[in-house]
Amino acid sequence: MATVELRDIRKTYSDEEIIKGVSLTIHDREFVVFVGPSGCGKSTLLRMIAGLEEITAGELLIDGVRANEKGPAERGLAMVFQSYALYPHMNVYRNMEFSLRLAGMPEAERRQRIADVARILQLEPYLDHKPGQLSGGQRQRVAIGRAIVRNPKVFLFDEPLSNLDAALRGQMRVELATLHRRLGATTIYVTHDQVEAMTMADRIVVLRRGVVEQIGTPLDLYHRPRNLFVAQFMGSPAMNVLPAHIVSVTDRTATVTTGPLTVTVPVHAGSLQPGAAVTLGVRPEHIGLDMAGAPQGLVEISERLGAATLLHVRLSDGRQIVVQTGGDNMNAPDSAVGVTPDPAHCHLFDADGVALDHLAAHPLQVGS
Amino acid sequence: MTRKRARLRRIAIGGAAWAVALWVFFPILWMVLTGFKTEPDAISTPPHLIFHPTLSSYREVFARETYWHFALNSVAISVLASIAAILLSIPAAYAMAFLPGRRTRGTLLWMLSTRMLPPVGVLVPIYLLARGMGLLDSRTGLVVIYTLTNLPIMVWMLYTFFREVPIPILEAGRMDGATRWQEITQVLLPLALPGIASTGLLSMILCWNEAFWSLNLTSSAAAPLPTFIASFSSPEGLFFAKLSAASTLAVAPILVFGWLSQKQLVRGLTFGAVK
Amino acid sequence: MDQAAGRIPVAAAPVGRPSRARRTGGALLLSPAVILLLVWSLVPLAMTLWYSVRRYNLVDPTQVGFAGLGNYWYLLTDPDFLTALLNTAILVGGVLVITVGLGTLLAVLFDQSFPGRGIARVLVISPFFVMPTVSALLWKNLMLHPIYGVYSAMMRAVGLTPVDWLSRYPLATLVMIVSWEWLPFAILILLTAIQSLDAEQKEAARMDGAGPLAQFRYIILPHLSRAITVVIMIETIFLLAVFAEISVTTAGGPGVASTNLAFLIYSRALLQFDVGGASAGGVVAIVIANIVAAFLLRAVARNLEA
Ligand SMILES: Nc1ncnc2c1ncn2[C@@H]1O[C@H](COP(=O)(O)OP(=O)(O)OP(=O)(O)O)[C@@H](O)[C@H]1O
Ligand SMILES: [Mg+2]
Repeated sequence: MATVELRDIRKTYSDEEIIKGVSLTIHDREFVVFVGPSGCGKSTLLRMIAGLEEITAGELLIDGVRANEKGPAERGLAMVFQSYALYPHMNVYRNMEFSLRLAGMPEAERRQRIADVARILQLEPYLDHKPGQLSGGQRQRVAIGRAIVRNPKVFLFDEPLSNLDAALRGQMRVELATLHRRLGATTIYVTHDQVEAMTMADRIVVLRRGVVEQIGTPLDLYHRPRNLFVAQFMGSPAMNVLPAHIVSVTDRTATVTTGPLTVTVPVHAGSLQPGAAVTLGVRPEHIGLDMAGAPQGLVEISERLGAATLLHVRLSDGRQIVVQTGGDNMNAPDSAVGVTPDPAHCHLFDADGVALDHLAAHPLQVGS
Repeated sequence: MTRKRARLRRIAIGGAAWAVALWVFFPILWMVLTGFKTEPDAISTPPHLIFHPTLSSYREVFARETYWHFALNSVAISVLASIAAILLSIPAAYAMAFLPGRRTRGTLLWMLSTRMLPPVGVLVPIYLLARGMGLLDSRTGLVVIYTLTNLPIMVWMLYTFFREVPIPILEAGRMDGATRWQEITQVLLPLALPGIASTGLLSMILCWNEAFWSLNLTSSAAAPLPTFIASFSSPEGLFFAKLSAASTLAVAPILVFGWLSQKQLVRGLTFGAVK
Repeated sequence: MDQAAGRIPVAAAPVGRPSRARRTGGALLLSPAVILLLVWSLVPLAMTLWYSVRRYNLVDPTQVGFAGLGNYWYLLTDPDFLTALLNTAILVGGVLVITVGLGTLLAVLFDQSFPGRGIARVLVISPFFVMPTVSALLWKNLMLHPIYGVYSAMMRAVGLTPVDWLSRYPLATLVMIVSWEWLPFAILILLTAIQSLDAEQKEAARMDGAGPLAQFRYIILPHLSRAITVVIMIETIFLLAVFAEISVTTAGGPGVASTNLAFLIYSRALLQFDVGGASAGGVVAIVIANIVAAFLLRAVARNLEA
């Protein structure tokens, strides 16, 4: 039962505007992820919501009530920090108890709540351990537990998994998702890891230099990036982008060439005329190999990931693209291959990097 | 061959270092030994290395010289001044470490600069002020002066300790609903306790050994140990055993403190310029 | 993608200037210490300056009124003052040379590993914790007494005639006593500094074929230069104010042979009750100390950046 609304939120540090007007409505129970490159202002934005950073301009509403002037604790939020920020001098129990004690909750109720949370997070055996005696994953869980016990309206996470190793990160990702399903609390989650963003988010907010580039569901962002930045930022391995020229346009397609490739993409070309410079974007997983036709490039490196193989192909015009093929692909370096981008999954961006309207049916709406 | 040379080198280094250490420590050792001698033993020439240890000098120091009076003054003045300095410096160091403003740096350096004022430069006004306020030969006078002279070092040391506390932990406290007071007393102070303790220790050492203001502003009622020992500069100091016993008593506690807090001392005394 | 795993948590990354409300709270927390220090540093200073231009003697009520620069003139033309200045310089300079020179060598020595190093180190820094009055009497009586002192006994043992050090060579003896007190400080600081030297750097130098002397000259000394500067400046501040040692051993004598600036001001003020003259001396002492303090503060400020 918590919504968060940002209305043209801005942050200025000594004359420099770091957050340049962010507006966003986060619905009840929604899991929203802020992503963006380092330094884009994700943490700053989150800390402003938390009340740890002053809001220079704009309005923050929590449950429809202006919260700009409220202190961090009055906002009914809980935050999990990147460094966990556990109280090193208190054991796990006391760490979780601290906020309840400050709020004046009776002892019995505190005990009950902490016991519940400890069970959910499998922390029961560690309640009297100090944080220093715990592993990274356990500390992480304590930090989450400390946030949960307060029963906050909104959870805030600032890169909570970035200090864990890759395996643990994957595991915690699943645990967090499960937890969110179970608690159903509104969550704002900051990361610069787009895998976390893709897998956990209901909606993703892509930030760049303090500006929202796009807001949408993970697959929205994946299939319909609004601009070149989002297209390249989301998806791994990253989208191939090639400078191209428009050869011809119809009202439902634009045909472009780049090096040895010619593709007819189902987009609305708008005012673009043949000859105009555009950028062609196509994800590695949307390029097929054509061993029959004339070869258009040479395989330089093949990265075998097991489930898939990434071929780095040098096209005949000297540009390099990445093609994702099946794990059983046997192309060795120096073998000549033909490449065929799937037109329905190609993207065209104009000179300003803005995506041209896609006219192919949205992949996610095909079935429904 | 080279192993043998390496061993010789080690022995030579060890020998040299121990010789230096013993030579430097010798006066203190001699003082401790002399304290256990009888007066005739203490001034016998050549000095007796083998002697019958006795506690008679200590007994005399305790009985006749009212040692406890001075020791109590030392303890009271040092403890009170250290507590006062710490209580004043905790909020100041907190503000500087966690609520820095444009002038924080300048304030910190200015505070240090007040410590560098030579005491003798202000001897006259302080003496006259103390006399005017009836604070000559009073513990209060010394406590006030020691608090103020040590305050810059205390603030500085606590500041460096506080800066090592991860800020997110304090922010977590705030998110958990801690007021400023709770943030300081329940989150910061327990975390920084070791630093605060060593800061207090340094203050104790400096107060205990201070010998400019104590000599100039106290004579008997409020006189701490440095003043008491100075009274032996009269011919009475020729009672070597008694002088040694009294000196040993005056030095021993702080020597132990000093040994325990070497590392923090470096930090405090160099204003953090050497780590 | 795995760059995330390699990121270490930034412990105390500055997280933005606090809001205005919090800064106001900060000023409030800071104010008790600042106000007290402000009073402590300004009021006596102002009084010293005021007295230094007044005719004022505690036991001579006829001396009143404005003296202008008379006190300064009287002081600066007083041969005792010049002697005291010279003595101060000798005391500070002598102790600095001994403690820093010997301290550097001994710091290197105590950085080596040898059996019982911990204990030896504790012994060698001990004199620093001995209160000045005890050090002074310890040396004056137990060590250097012409008849009963240990050193006199040693001299007799090797067939020399004992010397009454404190009356024959008062200043040199004081230099020695004060050096004994401050040598541990130099060792302590310089040893700490040496130990912060990257072990790999020393090993790299060894791999490059540097012998112990070359290592000392090209690796250790440059690394120590900053610490040495700090030691010099801090010692200078304290050495300018040496008082108890003189008061207890020689009382500035014979004559003014071992009177330094601090002791001169003391005797002017509390033995001759000449408030004006003593204050003028105080102003001189403050000026000298401030010159040193300015350098020290520059070093400290540079460290604040890092
Ligand atoms: N106190 C400050 N003063 C001035 N600029 C600041 C301050 N704090 C942060 N910034 C700037 O604000 C910008 C956004 O910082 P922020 O920490 O929000 O980035 P981020 O998106 O969280 O990056 P990361 O992924 O590295 O955590 C950065 O350019 C940073 O340099
Ligand atoms: Mg961040």
